[in-house]
Order: sequence, then C-alpha cells, then structure tokens
Amino acid sequence: MPLLDTSRRIGTPEGIELALPVAGPAARALAWLIDLALRMAILIAVMILASFLGRAGGGVALITAFFLEWLFPAWCEVNMNGATPGKKALGLVVLHDDGTPVRWPAAMTRNLLRTVDFLPFLYGFGLLAMLINRDFKRLGDLAAHTIVVYREAKPRAVAVPMAPPLAPPALLALDEQRAVLDFAERSASLTTERAEELAEIASPLLSAGARHESAAQKLIRMANHLIGRK
Amino acid sequence: MKQAIFETRYAEDWNRFETWLQRREKSSRRKKGKDAEAETANDTEIPQLYRRVCQHLALARDRHYSPDLVDRLNRLALRGHHVLYGVQPRSLGVIDFLTRGFPRLIRAERKVVIAACLLFFGPLAGIVAVLQWHPEFIYYLADPAQLREYQSMYDPEAQKEEIRGADSNVQMFGLYIWNNIRIGFQTFATGLFFGVGSLLVLLFNAVMIGAVAGYLHSIGYGSTFWPFVSGHSAFELTAIAISAAAGFKLGGALIAPGALTRKMALVMASQTAVRLMYGAALMLLGAAFIEAFWSPHHGIPSWIKYSVGIGFWVLLALYFFFAGRKEASEHGT
Repeated sequence: MPLLDTSRRIGTPEGIELALPVAGPAARALAWLIDLALRMAILIAVMILASFLGRAGGGVALITAFFLEWLFPAWCEVNMNGATPGKKALGLVVLHDDGTPVRWPAAMTRNLLRTVDFLPFLYGFGLLAMLINRDFKRLGDLAAHTIVVYREAKPRAVAVPMAPPLAPPALLALDEQRAVLDFAERSASLTTERAEELAEIASPLLSAGARHESAAQKLIRMANHLIGRK
Repeated sequence: MKQAIFETRYAEDWNRFETWLQRREKSSRRKKGKDAEAETANDTEIPQLYRRVCQHLALARDRHYSPDLVDRLNRLALRGHHVLYGVQPRSLGVIDFLTRGFPRLIRAERKVVIAACLLFFGPLAGIVAVLQWHPEFIYYLADPAQLREYQSMYDPEAQKEEIRGADSNVQMFGLYIWNNIRIGFQTFATGLFFGVGSLLVLLFNAVMIGAVAGYLHSIGYGSTFWPFVSGHSAFELTAIAISAAAGFKLGGALIAPGALTRKMALVMASQTAVRLMYGAALMLLGAAFIEAFWSPHHGIPSWIKYSVGIGFWVLLALYFFFAGRKEASEHGT
C-alpha cells in the first residue's frame, strides 16, 4: 500500500477492505469557516427580525445563538448525510470509525468536546491532536470514535492530458499505476524540465515507445492506456 | 481475464446496484418513513448483489485493474456498506429517556454522580456557613464592584417597586439558556483534561454561588434572595453536578482505563457521558424556564416559593431513586 497516502482502511464482514481518504486540518478548517459564516449570517438575520420584538427579541436571539453553536453542527451531521453545509461544500463527511453514518450520540460527543479542541485559542489542542494521530482526529473525534473523510475520490480520467495510449512494458501494481496517473495529472503544472526529471525516475518503464520521445510524454501516454483511452 | 471483459461482464450488476443506491439515498434523505414506496422486489437481492460487488472489488485489486475501476468499485462497496450496516437502531425517544433511561443511568453511575454532588454541594454549603461567622471573608472571594451589583439586584426595598414584564422574562430565558447550559457543557468537556477541568469548573461554581448566597444572607437580603433561587435551584445545581460527573467519566477513563487502551476506554466512557449530558442539558433547560418565568414573581408569598422549591428537590430525589425501576426489573436488567 502507498506509504504516503492518508487513507484509512476499514475491514467489512465481507472480508474486503474499503479505503476512506481522511481529510486533513486545512480542508476541515475551511469547512469550519464556511459554517461559521453561515451561522453568523443566520444569527444576524434572526437578530434583525428579533429587534422588532424589543427585549423578548434579545432572548430569541440568544436562544438562536445557543442552538447554532451547540446543536446545529450535530443536527446537520445526523440528518444531512454526515455533513454540515461547510463540510458538504468541501466534500467532507463525518463517519463512525467503522465507516457507518454518524448518529446522535457520536455527533453530540464530538460537538460538545469541540470546546476543548478550541482551547487554548482557535483549535490549538484540536490541531495538536490531529497532527499526532494517524487519522487527523481532533479530541472530539477520538472520544466519539468518528472520522472525517472525503465523500468521494474525484474521478481521475478527466485530468489526464490526451495522448495516444502506450502499453507499459510490464504489468503494474495498483499503487504503481496510481503513481503514473498522478504524474500525468500533475504534468501540466510542472515545468518541462522538472516533469522530465521526475519521469526519468521510472526508468524501467521507459524502454517502451519510440526513442526520440521524452520520458514525460511516454508516461502520459501510459496513463492514457491505464485509464483505458483508445 | 482482461479488464475490458471483466467490465462488460459485470457492468450490469454494478449499474443495478448503483441505481438502487441512488434511489435509496434519495428516499432516505427525503423521509425515513417513506421507504415503503421506494422498496421493490429488488431489495431482497441487494445483500447478494452487494457481496458480489465486494468480491469484484477484491478481484479488481488483486488483478491490478485500473485505479479508476478499483475506485469506482470501492465507492460502490462503501455506499452499500453505509446502507446495509448503517441502519439506525430505534433509539429511546425524549419521553422514554426522561421517564426511564435517565434515572436508570443516574443510578448506574451513582458513584461518580454522588462524588460530583459532594464536591459541589460541600464547598457551596461550607462557604455559605463560613460567611455567616466571618462576613469579611467575602473579600477574598469577590471584588466589591461585583458585590454591589448583586446587592442592588436583591435589595428588598428596590424590588418592591420593580415589576418585570413578560418580554424581559423571555430575554432572561434566552440568557439562562445561552449561559447556564453552556456552563454545563463546558464543565463536561473540560473533563477531557484528566477530569481536572471539570473539577476546577465545579469548585469554582460552588465557591462563587456559595459566596453570593452567603454574602446576601449575611447582610440580611436573604428574604429576597432565597425565594428567588429556591424554585430553580434543584434542577440547576444538580445538573451542574451531573455535568461534572460526566466530565469525571471522561477523565476517569484516561486516568484508569483498566484492561482497555486509553483511547477505547475514552470511547466507552463518552458513550455514557454524553447520555448524562442529554439529561443535564434538559434539566438546565427546565431550570432556565423556571428561573425566567416563575422565580422573578415578587407577588407570590415567600412560603409558597419555598414550598415549590422544596417540592422540586423532593420530586427530583424521588425521580432519581424510583423512576424506571419497574420495567428494569421486568427485563432483568
């Protein structure tokens, strides 16, 4: 299995392993910011409406603030397929550790313990916890036995540049295939020299194809073969 | 077998499984009870179809088929896994939880709940008593500006004139929800620091409440203070102690995990602790309601307020001791 992949494997009763791509701190922080903005917007809207109610309106606004802060994230995770709006925007989803959809007890636990993750300021402890365990779990996730993953791996085929396919000289293992595809996907963002330098690492593959062709071009053609372009 | 042949042979299975998943996910999003109309005869073959997809995934991985195919099968298997194994067990509703689940939980966790109560009510009563003998001791606990504020809030002369309207009751209701339930949640969450956080928050609240009560009594404002707090005291104070007990559960699991790893012990403890918090939050909600709409009525004679307050304490004790016992013994649990 790829050494540098942040995916978590869960065993199922059918005897197979499913791979879940774990979400890191950056994506989760972004999701949190989107949620924060949304919660603020709702709160401000409620406060504007409540201002017509005088003092009672202040109470209504505080009750709304309470629900938005403590119950809204948990409610979303339970009732909206494991994602708050922010998580949904970034394609994240909360699951139990065994890969099943999150339910109330776990959702409440991880959202109540958010208080501790937030300490000493702006998720300091949460970030620390995420960095020292394999699955990027904050403290709330550790206690609630939950994990935040990407909903779906993005389809690769689209990102590989078009080129006439070329069969690799040997059968490639899955992670080797993935390495070739990842290279082809990223080749557009690399300088020609850097792409060439990287492609030459895969020297055993380069025996295939015409001699005048660049190593990078050969790998891109192999990627086309691997995704089944004709 | 070539990948292309593999794909053409089984694509139909995968497509059928995918359509079923799509329909299922859509129907569960709309309404959980509406499953009946979406379910067709097709449902009975789903477990079989799912196992076949799992087998195809294993084969595709083993044969080094293209990552796209492996990813697609992985996605299908994962979604199937969600639907087949992620079924929500029928949980207790709020009513069931309140009539049976919560009091049983309190009895099951009585050690830690009693410990939290002693740590809370002990210092609280101690401070009140000390302040009657040595009123000057208050200046170690609170600064004069704070005391003046409390003094003006409970001044018997001033209160006769002030009549709070319904709108400011709603305002205070919001404030108590926002503030008191949050204190309960924080008391619980800080238990993650090996229980020390819960202990400190609990002791701090005990000392502060004791200081205010003791001070107001010692300067003779007891006649306005005690009738005000008696109504909601039972629910509010006990709920804070229960929140701390839930925090101690977390801390205890980290300090003494027993035969489990610390992580697993924490997971198990937080399953109990979060249910304690459901109860504590509901109690604090009740307390906020009483504090906002009943406690501030000055017109009601003090003896009625005291009786209601004592009545709530007795009810709460009876509830924790006796509620939900009957069915528990019937089921032998």
